Amino acid sequence: MTAKTLFDKIWDAHVVKEVEGGPNVLYIDRHFIHEVTSPVAFLGLKTRGLKVYRPDQTTATPDHNVPTINQHLSIKDELSRNQVDMLKKNCDENGIVYHGLGTEGHGVVHIIGPEMGLTQPGMTIVCGDSHTSTHGAFGAIAFGIGTSEVEMVLASQCIMQPKPKKMRITVNGTLDKGVTAKDIALYIISKISTSGGTGHFIEYAGSAITSLSMEGRMTLCNLSIESGARGGMIAPDETTFNYVKGRQFAPKGEDWDKAMEKWAELKSDEDAVFDTDYTFDAADIEPMITYGTNPGMGIGVSQTIPTSEGLSGTDKTTYQKSLQYMGYNEGDAMKGKPVDFVFLGSCTNGRIEDFREFAAFVKGKKKADNVTAWLVPGSKAVQNQIEAEGLVPILEEAGFQLRQPGCSACLAMNDDKIPTGKYSVSTSNRNFEGRQGPGARTLLASPLTAAAAAVTGVIADPREMM
Amino acid sequence: MAYDKFSIINTSAVPLPYENVDTDQIIPARFLKAVERKGFGDNLFRDWRYENDGSPKADFPLNNPKYSGKILVGGKNFGSGSSREHAAWAIYDYGFRVVVSSFFADIFKGNALNNGLLPVVVSPEFLEKIFDQIEKDADSTFEVDLPNQVFTITATGESTDFEINPYKKHCLQNGLDDIDYLVEMKEQIAEFEQA
Ligand code: SF4
Repeated sequence: MTAKTLFDKIWDAHVVKEVEGGPNVLYIDRHFIHEVTSPVAFLGLKTRGLKVYRPDQTTATPDHNVPTINQHLSIKDELSRNQVDMLKKNCDENGIVYHGLGTEGHGVVHIIGPEMGLTQPGMTIVCGDSHTSTHGAFGAIAFGIGTSEVEMVLASQCIMQPKPKKMRITVNGTLDKGVTAKDIALYIISKISTSGGTGHFIEYAGSAITSLSMEGRMTLCNLSIESGARGGMIAPDETTFNYVKGRQFAPKGEDWDKAMEKWAELKSDEDAVFDTDYTFDAADIEPMITYGTNPGMGIGVSQTIPTSEGLSGTDKTTYQKSLQYMGYNEGDAMKGKPVDFVFLGSCTNGRIEDFREFAAFVKGKKKADNVTAWLVPGSKAVQNQIEAEGLVPILEEAGFQLRQPGCSACLAMNDDKIPTGKYSVSTSNRNFEGRQGPGARTLLASPLTAAAAAVTGVIADPREMM
Repeated sequence: MAYDKFSIINTSAVPLPYENVDTDQIIPARFLKAVERKGFGDNLFRDWRYENDGSPKADFPLNNPKYSGKILVGGKNFGSGSSREHAAWAIYDYGFRVVVSSFFADIFKGNALNNGLLPVVVSPEFLEKIFDQIEKDADSTFEVDLPNQVFTITATGESTDFEINPYKKHCLQNGLDDIDYLVEMKEQIAEFEQA
């Protein structure tokens, strides 16, 4: 038998059919849906006179388009409200579980899946959202799909996909204090670029990866898509099993034992071949920050913005256009640059560990007056946990308020928009032009680097303050 | 989703010589609130096309009257970022049928193919030739021959082959989509679930 990667094992076990000269028909175990990319899919289904095939394998929550204050009131924006109502209606009509605003199960779709134990090793998981890659942290094949594909999964629990190539990214060694999973991810993307992973599925390996918590692994896998890869995954281990065990939808009793037997097989064979292999040293990674308009434009926080020397043609114009948008110059130091907004949240860094780190950092310090900070838990469960752990008084003492769960300023579809020209240090995943509001300037960083910016009012190195 | 069958087209092209054109630029998130698939073309490249007050930005290619046609030519890594299919809908709805680049992001490429929009990958050198040709003469036409998988610069006769998965090609040529295919597989899927 030929040696297989973790990816091969899960993929091959889910192929219903290989279409000649075409893609594979891939069976999907778990389908998450939200209000933005599903309505047209439901409409398509209706037009064809079809019903949802496996409602029990589908879970819905509105997250992209919801306010993060006063969630008990009806949503003010008419279009947003309509979209959220439509999701509820579609779910009701098709018998899909819907976790509405304000309910205990509500939150960003990639946060609630793992929390409920819906995300499990060995599964295939899709959602009409590119950051579905998050779920790969559990040793699952999880990737984002378009609305036509959402319709396919609703109609048949299958999707048609060519099998991607395989990449392994190994990070060995120990992370410096103040360096987090977010920094590993931004570091990798800065090295392989935002298209380096295209056509591939990534497996992360190495001691720096296996020593990450589940939260950290989710952050890392979440950002796989920003390197162009469809997804990223990490072989499940004790950390994974301990996280999953006992959760609402996790297997119980005998089923758990059976699952554990299967899950034990979920690792790449020793002699498995990857199409592409990268190795990095954890010691080379410092807290990262982006200075441009794609996630690959990141550097260590203590460094200076690279020059365009050596670039030519559209490479050069694209680079210069990007710096111009940011209002930065080649060769500028990042440290000390002014900051207007800080956003802690999103499916990248909106989990409990992120809030713990942020709170521990700002404890006994004060928010800078020039900074507006939005702290948005990724889910109601995260919010509850923040409250239960007594983090709220610590945050409030330092001048920070907690908002209610949602995607918020990650994509600014709701009212949480960064104004034109303002600088936002954001723990989210995309610093594209206008991502956080028309004209907004986004600097991606970890919760710690965001906390350092929030208390100093400028870009700062968190390591110097810990 | 029904779309027009694709065979051979011969038209001028609109150049967009930027790299990493992400789907947030193609259609910003605040325009994703519709619950039907209509009218996204109006907001295609919204923030590059219009000032905050709604007036058109004269230097953006889509606003330049000298450019027209059904082919959009973009720099490398076109369509990166968000999985929003609205990006493909917006480009199609605006009137494009082909996007040419030297490199496409995966999800965008899949979304385009599912919506009758043909992504054509050419070499970086050939891409430069296309940009040069449009620069020389904005009325230059290009032929996209899907059956033979050939892209030709009409003025110079230079051409290049492009690749497309045979199944997807068949779908595009016949205006078919994957859902029809999958629904017909119902029994086989049910069997798979039992196994
Ligand atoms: S938090 Fe941001 S990236 Fe994550 S699902 Fe929401 S909008 Fe997408």
